[in-house]
Amino acid sequence: MNAQRLLVAVLAALALAAPWFAYPVFLMTALCFALFACAFNLLLGYVGLMSFGHAMFFGTAGYFFGHVVKAWDMPPELGLLAGVCGAALVGLVTGALAIRRQGIYFAMITLAFAQMIYFFCVQAPFTHGEDGLQGIPRKALLGGLIPTKDDRVLYYVVLAIFVFGYCAIYRIIHSPFGQVLKAIRDNEQRAQSLGYEADRYKLLAFVLSAALAGLAGATKAMVLQFATLTDVSAAMSGEVVLMALVGGLGTIVGPVVGAFIIITMQNYLAATGEFVLVIQGAIFVVIVLAFRKGVVGELAEWWKRRQAR
Amino acid sequence: MAETLLKVAGLQAWYGESHILHGVDFEIRRGELVTLLGRNGAGKTTTLRSIMGILGKRTGSIAFDGKETIGMQSDHIARLGIAYCPEERGIFSSLNVDENLRLPPVVKPGGLSIEEIYKLFPNLLERRHSQGTKLSGGEQQMLAIGRILRTGATLLLLDEPTEGLAPVIVQRIGEIIRQLKSRGFTILLVEQNFHFAATVADRHYVMEDGRVIDTVASSDVQQSIGKLQTYLGV
Amino acid sequence: MFELLGIPPQALFGQLLLGLINGAFYAMLSLGLAVIFGMLNVINFTHGAQYMMGAFAAWLLLGLLDVPFWAALVIAPIIVGLFGIVLEKLMLKRIYHLDHLYGFLLTFGLALVIEGLFQWKWGSSGAPYPNPIPGGFNLGFMFLPTYRAFVVVAALVICLATWYGIERTKLGAYLRAATENPTLVRAFGINVPRLITLTYGLGVALAALAGVLAAPIQQVSALMGVNLVLVVFAVVVIGGMGSIMGSIVTGFGLGLVEGLTKVFYPPASNTVIFVVMALVLLVKPAGLFGQTK
Repeated sequence: MNAQRLLVAVLAALALAAPWFAYPVFLMTALCFALFACAFNLLLGYVGLMSFGHAMFFGTAGYFFGHVVKAWDMPPELGLLAGVCGAALVGLVTGALAIRRQGIYFAMITLAFAQMIYFFCVQAPFTHGEDGLQGIPRKALLGGLIPTKDDRVLYYVVLAIFVFGYCAIYRIIHSPFGQVLKAIRDNEQRAQSLGYEADRYKLLAFVLSAALAGLAGATKAMVLQFATLTDVSAAMSGEVVLMALVGGLGTIVGPVVGAFIIITMQNYLAATGEFVLVIQGAIFVVIVLAFRKGVVGELAEWWKRRQAR
Repeated sequence: MAETLLKVAGLQAWYGESHILHGVDFEIRRGELVTLLGRNGAGKTTTLRSIMGILGKRTGSIAFDGKETIGMQSDHIARLGIAYCPEERGIFSSLNVDENLRLPPVVKPGGLSIEEIYKLFPNLLERRHSQGTKLSGGEQQMLAIGRILRTGATLLLLDEPTEGLAPVIVQRIGEIIRQLKSRGFTILLVEQNFHFAATVADRHYVMEDGRVIDTVASSDVQQSIGKLQTYLGV
Repeated sequence: MFELLGIPPQALFGQLLLGLINGAFYAMLSLGLAVIFGMLNVINFTHGAQYMMGAFAAWLLLGLLDVPFWAALVIAPIIVGLFGIVLEKLMLKRIYHLDHLYGFLLTFGLALVIEGLFQWKWGSSGAPYPNPIPGGFNLGFMFLPTYRAFVVVAALVICLATWYGIERTKLGAYLRAATENPTLVRAFGINVPRLITLTYGLGVALAALAGVLAAPIQQVSALMGVNLVLVVFAVVVIGGMGSIMGSIVTGFGLGLVEGLTKVFYPPASNTVIFVVMALVLLVKPAGLFGQTK
């Protein structure tokens, strides 16, 4: 227990000091993706539903944020709220349909809906199609109290949003609601026979996951000041799966680790063009064939074996 | 006395983590009809599945016609001339009766021809274009037995062929099994119903807790009936 | 000339033909996907990449070795099918015992690798493939290019041949039986692992064959299968993977629906199949031809 507290304290200190050692925009992007990956993992790791279309929440939330802040000239808080609510709404509609099938079909259906949203975004006027929604102004938060032009200041805002989202997921998993979700994951029929309406629980989890992915997407649009088609594409849906997989499915820290690994890798490999995709694909293959527990899962295993010795 | 066709010695088997067979020993001579009797969970079906090579992990020795098969895959074992009729019958719903019947490949000469099988089971001929699983329980059982007669296999493993069937059909299956024996097939029959088993078999092995604990010859069934009833808990 | 609902017939029939051609590709690809899923329990995300490889194989055979279209129609699927067999032996067979999701992820990763490598070598802009049968017929109400008519007929023949192979032959009986109960089929003396490898090879070859047929119509490019495979997933969800005829009918039908949408409401033409999917999920979640849940 003490070791765990110490670890949390060290991580907190690291997170607070980080913008003085690393490029803040990189850190903020990584935090957004980490939250996105955690939101995805909430669904896969704790409900057993693999969504292959989570980009539809992440990406559309970015557009909602941009449109509210730029076109409607509203404060960023409302933009974030619009992103979260918009993503939750998309999640409610697609989720209600997708949970009618299970397993691999669920993955295909979410993927197909995400593709539908993608095509919609290509044509819809407010997304500005291929150009994307550019130059979203960075406005001060809390009515001017927090100036966000400075990257380091904004970093702490993003860190706070991340911690909020992460704690929300932690609460969800450890609540009675989370226990029911796990029961459904392990044996849906049994949970059903105990009187839990599995579909309603699954749908609520889906909407929560979508809303949190939306929070991540809207925050990313706030940081980078643009929202583009990349964030709603199937490739982005695949990327978030990869992050959770690399980190370790079903572990609560895994997706964070995975997101940092993948974003760092992309940063270094950006110059190689198509090879980013090739390497990402190869990581998928290697992990599925050899390290299905992911970095965090394998480390935990190794630690357990060491302790046992 | 005929030579030994199947010799099982020290057979142990596992389903995942659970250890089911703890050293099974028995043998069957060519042309014999032998039953495995025992309560539910004694390991009879597991023994058949082990012989067929369907189980994940097994150790010990299973020699068929002098060849050790313990390390072989099940398709390889089938090609040596062992055929299996599972308890759940395993009729394929996407195949019609005729396709079901012709599915198992011929592994050796000497099997029955399709015409002979249809002569043995005339109702299958009438329904040969029906979907396999649309047949009645008795017809499905006959189909499950019929389809392994074509392959030329010399050893037939039949898992509870009378389970859940009407007495008339049980009687009919008894006749067929006797006919098959007279045609020279060697048969290993798993049964719960020892009254039925007693009418067809030469010998009975009694299983309990994953071991063979006793042998009773058919000629001694009358004297041993009390003992058998205790074993089987009837 | 008469007009239908204010649409000139040339446009209407032109789009219907285009829809039929797209439908032909949907049918061929969803058929392969369904057959592979039945045997391997893997949704083959690499299907789009293998379709692309078929087109590329034909294009390279022509460019490097001067192999004509008609020969490529046979050779390219064989090459790509063999490639599929290697993939199955090296990788896919290691994950059959795992949850279906891992097969999906593995083949997704493979698709990224393959498409990335082709893009790196040949770029993402397409290369044209010469039309092997130029010309066409004037039907009065529309002009019918010979090659496009050929594609529709060829796809139909290929689909029906696949149906025949699966529903009416001995090998097909093995396939159907092994889809239901591979353990028992193996205990009858059939080498099921080899059957699985063969199934994957054939499914992949079918995708490659579709790719060869597509080459003269579309540009041959590294990314030509990326969006297609996503639409085919929707087609598979709509049709349900239980029935071979179902896959064929659904594929062609959805192509026509898409073509009609292009005529009457063009902005929705990209999304109409997904809308149909949503409707089918509402009304008949198992899919139009699906039996199980």
